[in-house]
Amino acid sequence: MDKFTTLTGIAAPMPLINVDTDMIIPKQFLKTIKRSGLGVNLFDEMRYDSEGNEVEDFVLNKPAYREAQILVAGDNFGCGSSREHAPWAIKDFGISCVIAPSFADIFFNNCFKNGILPIALPQEEVDKLMDDAERGSNAIITVDLESQTITGPDGGTISFEVDAFKKHCLLNGLDDIGLTLEKVASIDTFEEQASQARPWV
Amino acid sequence: MTGKTLYDKIWDAHVAHEAEDGTCLLYIDRHLVHEVTSPQAFEGLRMAGRQVRAPEKTIAVPDHNVPTTAGREDPSNMTEDSRIQVAALDTNAKEFGIHYYPVTDIRQGIVHIVGPEQGWTLPGMTVVCGDSHTATHGAFGALAHGIGTSEVEHVLATQTLIQKKSKNMKVEITGKLMPGVTAKDITLAVIGETGTAGGTGYVIEYCGEAIRDLSMEGRMTVCNMAIEGGARAGLIAPDEKTFDYVMGRPHAPKGAQWEAALIWWKTLFTDEDAEFDKVVTLKGEDIAPVVTWGTSPEDVLPITDVVPSPEDFQGGKVDAARRSLEYMGLVPGTPLSDVSIDAVFIGSCTNGRIEDLRAAAEIVKGKKIAEGVRGMVVPGSGLVRAQAEEEGLSEIFEAAGFEWRLAGCSMCLAMNPDQLAPQERCASTSNRNFEGRQGFRGRTHLMSPAMAAAAAISGKLTDVREVM
Repeated sequence: MDKFTTLTGIAAPMPLINVDTDMIIPKQFLKTIKRSGLGVNLFDEMRYDSEGNEVEDFVLNKPAYREAQILVAGDNFGCGSSREHAPWAIKDFGISCVIAPSFADIFFNNCFKNGILPIALPQEEVDKLMDDAERGSNAIITVDLESQTITGPDGGTISFEVDAFKKHCLLNGLDDIGLTLEKVASIDTFEEQASQARPWV
Repeated sequence: MTGKTLYDKIWDAHVAHEAEDGTCLLYIDRHLVHEVTSPQAFEGLRMAGRQVRAPEKTIAVPDHNVPTTAGREDPSNMTEDSRIQVAALDTNAKEFGIHYYPVTDIRQGIVHIVGPEQGWTLPGMTVVCGDSHTATHGAFGALAHGIGTSEVEHVLATQTLIQKKSKNMKVEITGKLMPGVTAKDITLAVIGETGTAGGTGYVIEYCGEAIRDLSMEGRMTVCNMAIEGGARAGLIAPDEKTFDYVMGRPHAPKGAQWEAALIWWKTLFTDEDAEFDKVVTLKGEDIAPVVTWGTSPEDVLPITDVVPSPEDFQGGKVDAARRSLEYMGLVPGTPLSDVSIDAVFIGSCTNGRIEDLRAAAEIVKGKKIAEGVRGMVVPGSGLVRAQAEEEGLSEIFEAAGFEWRLAGCSMCLAMNPDQLAPQERCASTSNRNFEGRQGFRGRTHLMSPAMAAAAAISGKLTDVREVM
């Protein structure tokens, strides 16, 4: 997995609540057996018209945000399905950090498996970053995972919370399966005890 | 020390390892797999030279992509990308030695209908699947939730998930439901009350007289949409109805093991002195037959109400409602029962079980679908379909003008040929009304099977109580 340490990049504003996984990557793009190549279809039905032409006023089509690496969004971002194609598409587009007042549970977890840092902040702080992001290509924000701070274009900083284990994995680009297999003895023991206690499982 | 909730008890019985910071390895008893969210996970195993740790606890079935029309066992009747995904599942199931129900097997169907039907889902289990509607299995008092593809790979390789415990939330539905009100109305009404993020960070336990009174099918409908309220999982404590449903199913325990299982299952309830972090209570008699008007499952109103105005809301919801109304082509103030529909979809993991088809057939019997409306009934599994045919339900639907389809996810998510056309408006028994969910620019109104059936007959959103 890609490491996430610090990121300095353009932040794109998407002040919409309940951005769901069908918006992020519509179902017709789930028919892939690969993880890559989905960036071109990120937000497909908002980003392109029915002829496949770019919708001019969609944020990621605007010249200032085409290279965005950070997304600032509304409440409950990523609600809906468990499709990991959503973070795959976000990452493939080039966005590695999403900031919102809250995230849906499965999407939030999926981000960490793909080198994406989702940051939940109080509404007023998201509002401030949303204002910053509205400044187009001047909206350069720095996210530092080690120190858990976001620095806005004016130099003001905001602190954020992140689970210590998830932070450790992101900073080091660690593979979950490898980490878990280090504890295989615990799994073996549990499995043996459980098969005695609940042999019908 | 305070007592434990049902969630606490199941959780505690499955922790294989706990780190100092509370990060746990949760052991997984059943892993359900479908063709859309698994190919990359199996590929990951292959690349790392790993095996499936517990193939006997892993069950695969294709459901999202498969057409629901005759001749689908011939791969040339699928689009190339769908064919590749289904073929990949076929190959992976054989190569890794997991249980598999291909489309040629009568037991094939939507993964969340097949699991309970075959007795794979049992009380007290942990159940996961790369699909958010895994919450369905919570109806059995199993801790069940959706996971992403990386986690699918993690479970395949280790039979565990890295998890931190969620908080406990109680949703109590007191008293009795009024006539015409169903499990679907309960679950939609709860989301209308809590919002789609109201359950984020929680596992919900549904309880109360109205929940106890539900059949297992109804309880599955309620738990199915726990995710639509943002919760990690929904749970209902097992009782005699649960045990009756499970007994005798192909993979349910038998004989002495059944007796042993029953002893444990009967301890799976929330202790009287247990504490919840959040409690929501609705009166059963206050719940009306509801429909959704917008593009979020929280956009719920009684059918007797009118289309709301964006100004009725606050904060970010004002813009969201404006966007929803434009997408849905609705004018504020319009009575919901005046909204004409073009299509009706009865099916999905929310409402594709036999009881759902019975409820719809009851309304449809002896009547015809309104002129210009297309209707589709898609049983949740081959076995549901066979039972419906045996009970004469398929004849009722076909006589009314519905298409009687083969089992699959169908128009719930439109990854297969069953889709809405742009601007086509659908009365749907599915679970999501997101933009484009049932087809590009399609318009979805969520409701119960009886309400969808009533809409099919009248050609508009209809209060089922008027036609009962």
